[in-house]
Amino acid sequence: MQTDMDDKNILDAATEGEYKYGFVTDIDTHVIPKGLDEDVIRYISSIKGEPEWLLDFRLKAYRHWLTMKMPDWAHLDIPPIDFNAISYYAAPKKKEGLKSMDDVDPELRKTFDKLGISLEEQMRLSGVAVDAVMDSVSVKTTYKERLAELGVIFCSISEAVRDYPDLVKKYLGTVVPYTDNFYAALNSAVFSDGSFVYIPKGVRCPMELSTYFRINAADTGQFERTLIVADDDAYVSYLEGCTAPMRDENQLHAAIVEIVVEDRAMVKYSTVQNWYPGDKDGKGGIYNFVTKRGLCRGDFSKLSWTQVETGSAITWKYPSCVLAGDNSVGEFYSVALTNNYQQADTGTKMIHIGKNSRSTIVSKGISAGHSQNSYRGLVRVAKQAANCRNYTQCDSLLLSDTSGAHTFPYIDVRNDSSVVEHEATTSKINEDQIFYCNQRGIPTEDAIGLIVNGYAKEVLTKLPMEFAVEAQKLLQVSLEGSIG
Amino acid sequence: MTAMLEIKDLHAQIEGKEILKGIDLTVNEGEVHAIMGPNGSGKSTLASVLAGNPAFAVTGGSVTFNGKDLLAMSPEDRSHEGLFLSFQYPVEIPGVSMVNFMRAAVNEKRKYYHQEPLSASEFLKLMREKRAIVELDNKLASRSVNEGFSGGEKKRNEIFQMAMLQPKLSILDETDSGLDIDALRTVAGGVNKLKTDKNATIVITHYQRLLDYIKPDFVHVLYKGRIVKTGGPELALVLEDKGYDWIKQEFEDSKG
Repeated sequence: MQTDMDDKNILDAATEGEYKYGFVTDIDTHVIPKGLDEDVIRYISSIKGEPEWLLDFRLKAYRHWLTMKMPDWAHLDIPPIDFNAISYYAAPKKKEGLKSMDDVDPELRKTFDKLGISLEEQMRLSGVAVDAVMDSVSVKTTYKERLAELGVIFCSISEAVRDYPDLVKKYLGTVVPYTDNFYAALNSAVFSDGSFVYIPKGVRCPMELSTYFRINAADTGQFERTLIVADDDAYVSYLEGCTAPMRDENQLHAAIVEIVVEDRAMVKYSTVQNWYPGDKDGKGGIYNFVTKRGLCRGDFSKLSWTQVETGSAITWKYPSCVLAGDNSVGEFYSVALTNNYQQADTGTKMIHIGKNSRSTIVSKGISAGHSQNSYRGLVRVAKQAANCRNYTQCDSLLLSDTSGAHTFPYIDVRNDSSVVEHEATTSKINEDQIFYCNQRGIPTEDAIGLIVNGYAKEVLTKLPMEFAVEAQKLLQVSLEGSIG
Repeated sequence: MTAMLEIKDLHAQIEGKEILKGIDLTVNEGEVHAIMGPNGSGKSTLASVLAGNPAFAVTGGSVTFNGKDLLAMSPEDRSHEGLFLSFQYPVEIPGVSMVNFMRAAVNEKRKYYHQEPLSASEFLKLMREKRAIVELDNKLASRSVNEGFSGGEKKRNEIFQMAMLQPKLSILDETDSGLDIDALRTVAGGVNKLKTDKNATIVITHYQRLLDYIKPDFVHVLYKGRIVKTGGPELALVLEDKGYDWIKQEFEDSKG
């Protein structure tokens, strides 16, 4: 990113400019010209060697996208985006690997250290060649072998299209159709890559599936697409992202995550999102416009979303559950922290269609600096969905006088046997609490970290253990400098 | 021997209103000082100002603590240097377990003295030892800081923290308020167990009752932001008997 960019050219600068963390990217060789038309989509599809049906899917999505407008209902101030100023395909970039950690930006290293990220992980994240680290290779291989024995499929979606076309065709777009929304249509037209997970009937996946362990996980690009299917009686816990700061030269990210949960199956999806939020004056940063939805299709199926959102300049994200099966269960646990000039409009949708379906929403917003943080949630109970239960708890914590916390709950219940509860609180961080910590020897910044982590505890405990520890540190690091 | 704490002509205000109007007080190692006085005389303000509560502004005077300028230090450094305040109203910190809270506090202090942080097992052992001093049961220690604690439990928890941090100077701000007689005995017993000839205590109280359990060497009466009378333990008994009116009268007469 260049230093002399003006507001209007942020996107240009971000997409064209040099990556300021010193990675030399091989820009000219495999990037197609900017702009989007049907030829570009055909080119993407052919380069990936995709079957006709998938090209057809992309083209339909593109044609539909052309008829749509950017949504403007969110409590977000989004600068105009020129979709023809984006290049929609770049071959997996060969980053000129840095030779050692000594070449990595010291600021970045400092953050890594604060988060307690292992050296190997640090090297991987900052683009230092990790081939020399034999451990990582062998761990990945063992991991793959164990999964294969159980019949679990965990690969990139491009590989899945090639190797398991029937499965992909059966499920792709069934939860998030390309007509769903503007960004979903765009993603469906141009998605680059992402993950595919299939857990066969009756299999309990013995380890957490993490993008970190997926071979070729790097460079999934700005239009990531993930599809997870848990067949009858299956169980999987999936981890997306990592707590390390993710820097990406693509400013616009429009991902789709689709999850299908069959009879008595359970999927737990955890995210820690820490993309570059822009600098302290609000310059730069990622726009994260994501569509995440799960379909609890089976009776007694369960889907649980847990997210810790600290990154991105603008977040537009509502991981949702369609509770179609009788006795199905949906959960949404969220911590969204915004600082400086970040904006987040995030929440969930719980759509009760099956009888006796239950849902729980716990949302914890934290606003610091000049940021704006909104919770937006829909709870809908269909007429035929008798005896449903929803409990929503929605808390906001303000750390500054200049930040905003907003709550937009939508409740739509169409029968009289269901019970929907909504609780909301807004509080300001308490100076007495900070002074109490200070008196015990805990400096203000750490005190705020403690208090914020205490406030978010209910959600953090839902994360897998290791992730939870990192997420705690992340909340603290993300707030550094927020209190003057 | 230099004094542990030397307060000279200390003035402080909150929101433009002067509360402390020239406090002089010297506390030496091994001493227990009681500060008494009617409501609104500035007792809690003095405690807050010594601990560095930013809500108060110091407008004059000096405070030396073990030879160092106390007023120049941040609240956390005052704590590291050995100043402890047992709060009149301990705050609740939801979601933060006592274990994590105390571990942060203890390790911050160790960091200040360039010591390695305690390992989890060393720390838990220390917690167990110190908990016994105020009979704080394990359940409380694993709960969130002061959350849902009864009045007595909160005060016991303050003394427990004092035991953990081993301060040189402890200021007990109305530690007896809201305690029944059994809780008062437990809390006072805890304070006495922690007493050595190297540390010192300032007991701020409205009533003589607490001083039956924590024996002061000196009793000071604070009135309208100044220490207007100083005596031995017998002064507390006189106050218990006669109330504060005669002190007020003396003060007004002397101004007269």
